[in-house]
Order: sequence, then C-alpha cells, then structure tokens
Amino acid sequence: MIELLTPPRVGRRAFKVWQRNRDTWLKFYKASLVGNLAEPILFLLAFGLGLSQFISDIEGVPYIEYIAPGLMVAAVMNAATMECIFGAFTRMSAQKTYDAIMVTPVNIEEIAAGEILWGASKGFFSAIVILAVLIPWGLVSSPWLLLSPLLFLVEGLMFASLALIVTAFSPSYDYFAYYFSLVVSPMFFFSGVFFPLSALPAWVRTVSWFMPLTHAVNLSRGFSTGDLPASLLLDAAWMVVFTLLSSWLAIKLIKRRLVK
Amino acid sequence: MSEIVIEAVGLYKDYSGFQAVKGIDFEVRKAECFGILGPNGAGKTTTMNMVQGRSPLSGGELRVFGMDIGKNPRRIKARMGVVPQENNLDPDLSVIENLRVYARYFDIPKKPALRKAEDLLEFISLLEKKDEKITNLSGGMKRRLLLSRALVNDPELIILDEPTTGLDPQARHLVWQKLRGLKKAGRTLALTTHNMAEAAQLCDRLVIMDNGKILDEGSPRELLKRHVRGSVFEFTIGTEGTDDLLACLNTINYETETSGDTIFIYTDDAESVLREISSFTRVGFVHRQATLEDVFLKLTGRELRE
Repeated sequence: MIELLTPPRVGRRAFKVWQRNRDTWLKFYKASLVGNLAEPILFLLAFGLGLSQFISDIEGVPYIEYIAPGLMVAAVMNAATMECIFGAFTRMSAQKTYDAIMVTPVNIEEIAAGEILWGASKGFFSAIVILAVLIPWGLVSSPWLLLSPLLFLVEGLMFASLALIVTAFSPSYDYFAYYFSLVVSPMFFFSGVFFPLSALPAWVRTVSWFMPLTHAVNLSRGFSTGDLPASLLLDAAWMVVFTLLSSWLAIKLIKRRLVK
Repeated sequence: MSEIVIEAVGLYKDYSGFQAVKGIDFEVRKAECFGILGPNGAGKTTTMNMVQGRSPLSGGELRVFGMDIGKNPRRIKARMGVVPQENNLDPDLSVIENLRVYARYFDIPKKPALRKAEDLLEFISLLEKKDEKITNLSGGMKRRLLLSRALVNDPELIILDEPTTGLDPQARHLVWQKLRGLKKAGRTLALTTHNMAEAAQLCDRLVIMDNGKILDEGSPRELLKRHVRGSVFEFTIGTEGTDDLLACLNTINYETETSGDTIFIYTDDAESVLREISSFTRVGFVHRQATLEDVFLKLTGRELRE
C-alpha cells in the first residue's frame, strides 16, 4: 500500500518504449489505418444514415451530426484500450519484451509509462483520422475543433492507463472479456454517443457521470458544435484528475506485477 | 588483488515465506568467468535476478562495480549485459532491428548502433540473417542473437542464465568459444548452469548452490581435489559376480556409493582396482575420470528435484 503511494520514477526513457512500439507499428500502419477508419464510418453510415429515416434530429441537430463527435472519442477509447490490453499483455507475457527491457537502463515504471504514451498515441491517431474525414464531410464545423486534439490526447492517456490497470491484474487473455463486457461496452452505449443522457432515468445518469467516456463525449460535442456550456470545465477537470490517478495506479500496478 | 565486480554479503531473498536464497556470500573478480551451479530450485536464478536489479533484496548487501544495486540500478545496468534463459527477442522486429532497438535503450545513437549491430552479427555468424524475422531462426540462432544483444552496450559484466540449455553440441561449442573469447578480451562473465561440462569448460571459479545456500566454492580443479578421488568405476548391482568383486576390493583404499541400480567406486588407485577386476571377467563396468558432475552429485545428493 505504501509502495502504491510513492511517486513513480519515470524519466525520459519512457519515450524509448514508445519508439519501440512506433517502430513495430510503422511496419503495418496501412492495415491499422483501415481498421481505425472502418468501424466509425460504418457506425456513421448505419446509424447516421439508416436511423435518420426515423429520427429527424436530436437537440436540433441531424442525427448523423449528433453522433459524429461521440464516435471520435469512442474511437480514442477503443484504440487506446485495445493497445494497452492485447498489445501490452502480449508484450508483457507471451513475448517477454518487458523482461528484456528491464535489464537495461530503462526501468519498469518507464516501460509502463511508455505503454500508456503509446496507447494514447494510437487513440489520438485514430480520432484524428476520423476528424480528417468528418470535416470535409461537413459533419463537424467549429473553430473550437482546434482544441479536440488536446482532448483526444488526454482521453487517450486516460483509457490507456485504465486498460493497463486491467492488464496488470489479468492472469490471461480470458479475463479481458470482463472489462469489455462490463466496462467498455456499457460506456459505448451509455455515455451520450448515440442519444442524450437526459432521455434516461436519473440513476443511469448518475452512473454515467462516473464513466470516463461521458465527459469526453460532452467535450467533443462542445468542440464540434461550438456550443460550450460552463459544465464542460467540470468535464475537463474530471478527466484530468481521473487520468492522473489512473496513470499513477497503472504504473505502480505493472511494477508490482513485474518485480519478483 | 584483482578488482571485484560483484560482491554479495549475506545476500538473502524471501518470497512471502519461502526462503529462496538464505544469506550467501560470494565475489566475482574482474575478467574471470564465475559460475553458479546447482540443481533446479537451488536459488541460482533468484541470485542472478538480484544481480540484474530485477529482484529487490530481502536482506544482505549486493554491490556491482562497487555500487549498491538498490541505489544505482541504472548506472549498473548501463555497464551490464544479460543473456536470459528464455528467449525474449522481440518477434515484432527483424534480427538487426532487435539489436538496433535494444541499443536505443542504452542511449546509443542510430548510426553507431547499426554499425555495432553488424559487427556483432558478424561475430556470432548471423550477418546473412540480419533482415530475417525472429520466428524464422533456429533455437541456436536465437541464443546466439541473445548473446550478441547482450553485447550492444559493450558491457564490462555479462550475466548468462543457462546460456546453452537446449542447444545442439555444435551450437553449444560455438557459444562456449565466443564466451572464452569475451573473457580473453577482459570481460567479466557470471553464469548459472547445471551443465557440468559447461562449468568445467568455462569457469575459473564456481560455487555450488543448493536450497538457497552455497555448499562450496573454488576452481573446478580445487573442487575435484577436495571432494572426489581421481577415478570412478560404475557397476550395475545384481550383475553376477559383483558382490564377490566388492569383497576383493577391501584391501584397496576407495569410497563407495550406491544409487538406484548402480554402485560407484571412487579411488585414486585405479590400477589396483583394475587388477582385481581382471579376475572377474564377467563383470561389466565403466571406468572413467572423476568429473565435476561427481562433485556436484556428492554435494547436492542424487534425489530428483522438482
């Protein structure tokens, strides 16, 4: 417990772990790009175009435009989560990549921090790719969109850290199903991506306030539409605090798992 | 007095109640090959994990290059190379990329790293495989690549955890030859093994460990002299005439040991034993020189581990 409270010793060498992941990713980034784009575009077409026959608009916005900002932050969540769950777990256990790195001057905390940075980078990248499609499509338009890269970055760090916490606890790949079914999927559907939370009973809204994605969706929608209520400051603060706590915990828990 | 590279005093490791290393003392001197021998579960790997800074000490002191491993892990690791027992090469990278990326962990810039990588691949005869995927390498090639990866930072100290386990004789001899070359070039080697031939081939000094303790230490020659006699005869129990033979040997100075279906006779007077045996033509036997394996089995016992 005391060990968890001492600050992680993370220095510039975390970047070397990030570089290692980038180098391997650059080998097949094209396939990765297709994967990043395909899912959100499918959602936009299926829900946005398909459902818009039945749903005229939400809060005065055409349905396809309503879901576009949320799909970007959902993409950040998915990419960062996949990377820090399957990618990191594979490197930690099957490939023993961490074992090889930790006998060099790079320490375990830096390995974990590098993984978080990399997971965040993948989340960031996948949302930027979607944004690059949404802007010419005309689904999002506001000068505030200039702030969305910062949002994607913090959100990426947040979900990468959260995923790495799960990785630190998991004995095998099978346990990730719990995280996806009980945490990731509910967040995807109940964080305001597809419909306003005001449509839901009060207790659901309370639960969704504790879901990290809800705050990212609020901010993304604000930046995409230019409609910025003061409550967005609270969303931003929520995300920053949660990101700091979860990244601290993720680094500590990975260390606890790897030190023999 | 030569420089001391690793110094362990009362080194102790406890895994929530299980004492893996029970307060051992040893030192490794510059430019020597030091071996830790022991059966599975003896505490060899745990000891090496502590030296690599992977495993915090539960007690005692451990200094590498004169620095405390707990206080200066980075500075120590920068001067150390590690060859792990299990393959942990990066399967997402090619052969040369493995070396290049590993060099980056040591802050070696790209150009010198690539030059060094080519030299090292040449050194371990893998240069023609430099763009190969790791999964396409044989076990022996992987082990050689692990050895070369441990050398990217020009380490003064190289730690090897069972460096030749699972290799065929050709690959094993190549690795031994490379290790001898490294020692000649002034590098310090510390290895664990349960291959006695390996220890005899490579080690200047060694310790034999069991149950977390060091049972004895010395050069292979010293250990042989201290614990066993020069010749060993092995007989199979129950073979016709063996009992009569043993009865005849009581004028000769020897030690005997029985294990399973075999009787071992250790003696410095092989000639007399041979003379006695010659009258028992029907008794089959093996006569050989005593090896480190005899020392090892004598000190650690013959019962099966794990």
